[in-house]
Amino acid sequence: MMEIIGIWMAALLTLCILSFLYKDNPFYKFAEHLFVGLSAAYWAVYYYFNILYPNLIQPLFGHGQLLLIIPLVLGIMMVMRLFPKVGWVSRWPLAFIVGSYSGYNLITYLQSNALEQVRATLVPFIQIESWKSLFTNPGVMTFLNAIAAPVVVVGVTTGVIYFFFSKEHKGVFGGFARIGVWFLMIAFGASFGYTVMARISLLIGRMYFMLHNWLHLI
Amino acid sequence: MKKQIPLIITFIAGMVMVLQFFIPHRPFSDLQQLFNSWFLIITVFAMILGLGNLFKVHTKRLQRRPKGWWYSIVLLAGFAIMFTVGMIWGPARGTPFDYLFWNVHLPMSSMMFALLAFFVASASYRAFRARTPEATLLLVSAILVMIGRVPLGNYIWDKLPLIGDWIMSYPNMAGQRAIMIGIALGIVSTSLRIILGIERTYLSGK
Repeated sequence: MMEIIGIWMAALLTLCILSFLYKDNPFYKFAEHLFVGLSAAYWAVYYYFNILYPNLIQPLFGHGQLLLIIPLVLGIMMVMRLFPKVGWVSRWPLAFIVGSYSGYNLITYLQSNALEQVRATLVPFIQIESWKSLFTNPGVMTFLNAIAAPVVVVGVTTGVIYFFFSKEHKGVFGGFARIGVWFLMIAFGASFGYTVMARISLLIGRMYFMLHNWLHLI
Repeated sequence: MKKQIPLIITFIAGMVMVLQFFIPHRPFSDLQQLFNSWFLIITVFAMILGLGNLFKVHTKRLQRRPKGWWYSIVLLAGFAIMFTVGMIWGPARGTPFDYLFWNVHLPMSSMMFALLAFFVASASYRAFRARTPEATLLLVSAILVMIGRVPLGNYIWDKLPLIGDWIMSYPNMAGQRAIMIGIALGIVSTSLRIILGIERTYLSGK
């Protein structure tokens, strides 16, 4: 019985959201507000049971780890932002969050997103095996595989040149920057196509639920 | 007091995080673990602050009763039900909280994202008008990736799925990598400015 009620609730709420395709209407607004309320509660419960209870409440009140009074006080100071007269005290916990996050990101981004990416790009320009297979077995894919390494090296180098704004994009430098734009456009197009396919597959999933689980038509 | 102490806190927290990477020994390793757990706890309070703001906005709407005020009741009731159920029975499998998540929250969240498929279709019409060579490249790579991922692509030419994969693996990766390097350099410089107290905009406001 509970399963049937669940399927009906899911189906009706799905229809409420789908109704936005016609225009903004009370059914959509109802579902939208319900969604915001449920999401807020979901994350509140999730954070309580997964972070607050094991990291603060249990060690502080259960095991007497008094040092945890410091983040508790900082947390309460953060909530003080809701009260304009004492709102300035929220700067202290905010400063802690901003500082530690900056310090953490400074190293991790430098290591994983800059150095590792540069290292992965520094590959032999000509892959002998790929070129051998191109000459022994000429075709579209063997050709594309043979030029893969130069494409990556040229794409990354010219893409980074495009992001260098301290020098005017003119002459040879401008030419490289323009090639960089081409690679960025291919990347944006590919990402766009990929996103479209992901959204369509989500839509197919919802439609399958409606026609299979709810209406039993397929 | 209002500006100097936050700047000192930012500097100490930031430097501990940086130093623990270069000196992974005590006391820096201990301090990093301590700061990590404090960070998590304060982040939860930041979420509580967001919830407080949400309540403030919607209780004000209930008091002033503008057009569509009753939707605020829906929002607050949705929150109250889900929160109460979650706090009483917990978030484990098979609980009422889990039931509400699978039958109410998840269908709405998937449909919200699925709805974007329709808006993406209209956005693609605008984006895909090949007016410049750059727009043509965007159009061609998007179409090849999309066609390569449906059975029709394989039906037209069996190499199309492979070409779609090649675009994703090489030219797309090169572009994404250039963007990642650019973002990383930007984050490194901004983080340095914040830790050293040059960038102070996050301290503005009351």
